[in-house]
Amino acid sequence: MNLRRLTLILVPYLWLMGFFLVPFLIVVKIALSDTAIAIPPYWPVLDLSAGWTGIKEFFSELDFENFVFLTEDSLYWKSYLSSLQIASISTFLTLLVGYPIAYAMAQAPDEWRPTLMMLVILPFWTSFLIRVYSWVGIIANEGLLNQFLLWTGLISEPLQIMNTPTAVYIGIVYTYLPFMILPIYATLEKMDGSLIEAAVDLGCSRGKAFWLVTLPLSRPGMIAGCFLVFIPALGEFVIPSLLGGSQTLMIGKVLWEEFFSNRDWPVAAAVAVVLLMILVIPIMLFQRNQERQEEAGR
Amino acid sequence: MAEANPQKVFAPWEDPNQAPLIRFEGVTKKFGTFTAVDNLNLDIYRGEFFALLGPSGCGKTTLMRMLAGFEDPTMGNIWLDDVDVAPIPPNKRPVNMMFQSYALFPHLTVWDNIAFGLKRSDMPQEQIGDRVQAMLRLTRLEQFAKRKPHQISGGQRQRVALARSLAKAPKLLLLDEPLGALDKKLRQETQFELMDIQEKTGTTFVIVTHDQEEAMTVATRVAVMDHGKLVQVATPAGIYETPNSVYVADFIGEVNIIEGAAAPMGDGKVDIAFAEGVEPIHATIGEPVTAGQKVFFAIRPEKIHVGREPDPTRANRIRGKVHDIAYLGNISTYRVELETGQMISAQMTNARRLSRRDFTWEDEVWLSWTDTAGVVLTR
Repeated sequence: MNLRRLTLILVPYLWLMGFFLVPFLIVVKIALSDTAIAIPPYWPVLDLSAGWTGIKEFFSELDFENFVFLTEDSLYWKSYLSSLQIASISTFLTLLVGYPIAYAMAQAPDEWRPTLMMLVILPFWTSFLIRVYSWVGIIANEGLLNQFLLWTGLISEPLQIMNTPTAVYIGIVYTYLPFMILPIYATLEKMDGSLIEAAVDLGCSRGKAFWLVTLPLSRPGMIAGCFLVFIPALGEFVIPSLLGGSQTLMIGKVLWEEFFSNRDWPVAAAVAVVLLMILVIPIMLFQRNQERQEEAGR
Repeated sequence: MAEANPQKVFAPWEDPNQAPLIRFEGVTKKFGTFTAVDNLNLDIYRGEFFALLGPSGCGKTTLMRMLAGFEDPTMGNIWLDDVDVAPIPPNKRPVNMMFQSYALFPHLTVWDNIAFGLKRSDMPQEQIGDRVQAMLRLTRLEQFAKRKPHQISGGQRQRVALARSLAKAPKLLLLDEPLGALDKKLRQETQFELMDIQEKTGTTFVIVTHDQEEAMTVATRVAVMDHGKLVQVATPAGIYETPNSVYVADFIGEVNIIEGAAAPMGDGKVDIAFAEGVEPIHATIGEPVTAGQKVFFAIRPEKIHVGREPDPTRANRIRGKVHDIAYLGNISTYRVELETGQMISAQMTNARRLSRRDFTWEDEVWLSWTDTAGVVLTR
């Protein structure tokens, strides 16, 4: 029995080790290496045939040069900041759009819910790239939106949306909306309806009851949704490069260029490691805080 | 029994000068084609502990939700303290409700749950604390004020729900199956606690339940409902001793129902012929019956005496054979088969030790009861 339990615990950990920890350590190692015109394009490479001295030599060659380099060129920290800003704003916008949709789904009659759920998931059945690219046809200067607005006479000049941060926001909100809707819907859907009735019975208006009961109780769903949107949005590459044009600085794009255009794997790896730190540290702090709050409640 | 003590009976429903707190006037509630409440008239008085009793789907919960304001009557009026409540939204009614699921706010502490309604009222901030404290004391929850609902037991949650609904001192408190989620022992304790609190606060309570024992224990009056109609409204003793129909007699407690033809003997007496060649049942009647009318004779098991010999002091004596005995410790229930094939339940307290009982399975026994022990029902 103990063996079975051990296997049960071990399998996911082995999985995580094999497919996350080891590759991550390799990335860290590349970040500590120097770029080289070779295959692979970095140096040193661990040579076990040289024995103990080989290993010692290998470690002595590793340094933090690339991380220092990241702080020296303003491109990097500007890209990080701009990514953080774009990811934060678009997460907030996704929450604003997604919450009412999730709320409406949870309020809908039981027999409608599977259909509504299907409609939310349906876009996933088309390629992500095509969906983002089709936005070009909508928001371009001669796109559908501008043509429509010109036709109604609301504007006399086409709006410049393409190649601006606005286009990136539109793309991210559109793409990640289901990741916001689904966790919020899950918390709202399992909420006991008599809680709202109890709040109303105790003197709240419907609006006040929503504010005092529904909203705080759906907080876990909102937090989960925000993480699910914020994390991929921060490292997003496709949306800013397709819709954001050359002016939109995002770290995903920088990473791509370092890797494929410059073929500077060590700097690209350093950029990726810092990006991971930016994501992991706030999440850890948040979880510590959550736990402490739970403790205080006891 | 309430009737036995005429000096200080609480019976405002018998006093024509008393104005009811709640008056249902021809109230009908339909959900699509389903009629949940059917043209119902009912008065509930101030200070009452009123129980709505019935099987699920009988309309008792709908009736309560109409009082709370969560449902609007399709037809008819509901008056609360001489005010038509129809236009008043639930959050403005001087009515509070204790929900079956308790509906405690999981993100708030016990203290905040109880203060929730007070904070929505115009009560000044500094009085809220005192009021919450008083409610905590009333429900003996003082040491749990800082806990969240998931950190206390089911019985404690039930008391928080009660405290929260009482905090605003409503004119009327509605309780939807308040003890349904508790185990039997706790339920019995809580019933007395509820009665205590009702007496202390003087609030009018309306309780919805499907548990007849609970209704009988706590209520001043019980309304038995079936298919959206009130079948009988009376005190617990009235419901038990003088049910007005077979439905009520059968719903409350155990009963033997014998169908027969009535033969009025004058002077309020009636003979009921229920089988060929057997002496008819002698009984007294409340309502007049005609000769030959089909009637139901209802008698509670504990009103029937079981013995080896017929009891000459009782008007009815029938012979039968013991078919089954259910020994419950303090009492035993005998299932006796009459010569006509009918099965009659009779209950005797076990005043003597079990080993001294002088009849057992398959023994011939005599069932005896007085002519006032049962009721004659026409429907």
